[in-house]
Amino acid sequence: MERRIIDEQLDQLRDKILLLGGATEAAVQKAMRALVERDSELARKVLEDDKIIDQMELEIDRLSIEILALQHPAAHDLRFVISVAKITPILERIADHAGSIAEAALVLNTEPPVKNYVDFPIMAQTAAEMLRAALDAFTNEDSELSRQIIERDKEIDRSYKRVFNELLEMMIENPSATTGAAHLLFVAKHLERIGDYVKDICELNVYLREAAFIKHSRNKSKQES
Amino acid sequence: MSTKIRIRNLNFFYGAQQALYDISLDIPEREVVAFIGPSGCGKSTFLRTLNRMNDTIPSAKVNGTVEIDGKDIYSPGTDVVALRRKVGMVFQKSNPFPKSIFENVAYGIRINGIHSSKTDLAERVERALRDAALWDEVKDRLNTSAFGLSGGQQQRLCIARALAVQPELILMDEPASALDPIATQKIEELVVELKKNYTIVIVTHNMQQAARVSGRTAFFMLGKLVEYNTTQKMFQNPDEKLTEDYITGRFG
Repeated sequence: MERRIIDEQLDQLRDKILLLGGATEAAVQKAMRALVERDSELARKVLEDDKIIDQMELEIDRLSIEILALQHPAAHDLRFVISVAKITPILERIADHAGSIAEAALVLNTEPPVKNYVDFPIMAQTAAEMLRAALDAFTNEDSELSRQIIERDKEIDRSYKRVFNELLEMMIENPSATTGAAHLLFVAKHLERIGDYVKDICELNVYLREAAFIKHSRNKSKQES
Repeated sequence: MSTKIRIRNLNFFYGAQQALYDISLDIPEREVVAFIGPSGCGKSTFLRTLNRMNDTIPSAKVNGTVEIDGKDIYSPGTDVVALRRKVGMVFQKSNPFPKSIFENVAYGIRINGIHSSKTDLAERVERALRDAALWDEVKDRLNTSAFGLSGGQQQRLCIARALAVQPELILMDEPASALDPIATQKIEELVVELKKNYTIVIVTHNMQQAARVSGRTAFFMLGKLVEYNTTQKMFQNPDEKLTEDYITGRFG
């Protein structure tokens, strides 16, 4: 197949969003490790690296707009650029949530441990796995996998409810743990939001492959374009 | 939306050379339909079958049907002059007559005997020029030569000339390909405006133009209709890989 001028730019765009995806995934994992292992140094690193992620977002925005303005992409090329342009801010927001978890870790690490972090690593692992799978599904344009990942968000939602109730009870029973428990509640909420964002990415993966909008549709398994 | 032109199993030959293969498609009334495809794909030939312009080529042969308002235009007894009045045509290169602006538009009205009086003729000329979005630019120099107009104005004059005889359909063969971007934009705006009252078929090499002005797009290759779909679908998610390859510039 003949190589077009646009192909080089689309490849660049693909590389950039995959790098951003990798950096975002690393941020989530590092933030959770900083929390579970009480590693404040690592938490600070997450916050520092967030600036790099912001920069990556700007570069992708710039390149996406350039391709739209100069190359007038159509059909799959157009869907690719649109998907990248929409997935990029989602990744950046996920990284922001990782930053918020890192900030919570900095506070929690100065206080006595509130509880055993059993649910959190599971939640975080699910979120990280979903994110990685969503990025793989994006790379391979795998809408089937994307639909499966969307279903997995329910696991995170269930964990969130469990953790929420647990922390609430803890606050009632042991008021001295309230500050720590409140911070953990935020952490749980951040993980839950990350799950939602991964779902959004998967919906865009389906758009990229099938030109179908499944967002806001009750039946996400099949949707006409 | 009712069908204005219904084409079924149309084949077209230049002598022994087949140029169109088994084309079937419906063109809805008051819609803009764009024909796209690489040079030599048969899109202009196909356009010309819709008002029998190809009849002028001695070796041309057609089979299949082209029905306009339910009547097969290739049936014996078709009044070709009346057909071409009903189906106006605008060409790639503007071709005004070596006459005044007024006379260019009045010519078709006169020879078809459409007007009832001198005043009626003047009114019809004005209406056609207004409909072609040219009136304001030429109203003070109607009796000057049409050759004094710019390329874009000449092309709109040709559209006015086509409109003057009250056609129902307008065929446009790359009407803006020789024009600068501003004149092109005016033609495109005009096409969109004319859609309210006319059915328009436009052949274009400009993908963005097809995307901007048409509601449906037909993609031709090697004399065959590859895909016919809404323009929205064609440019976002075409059904055929060939269409995708063409509109994304993988071949030209």
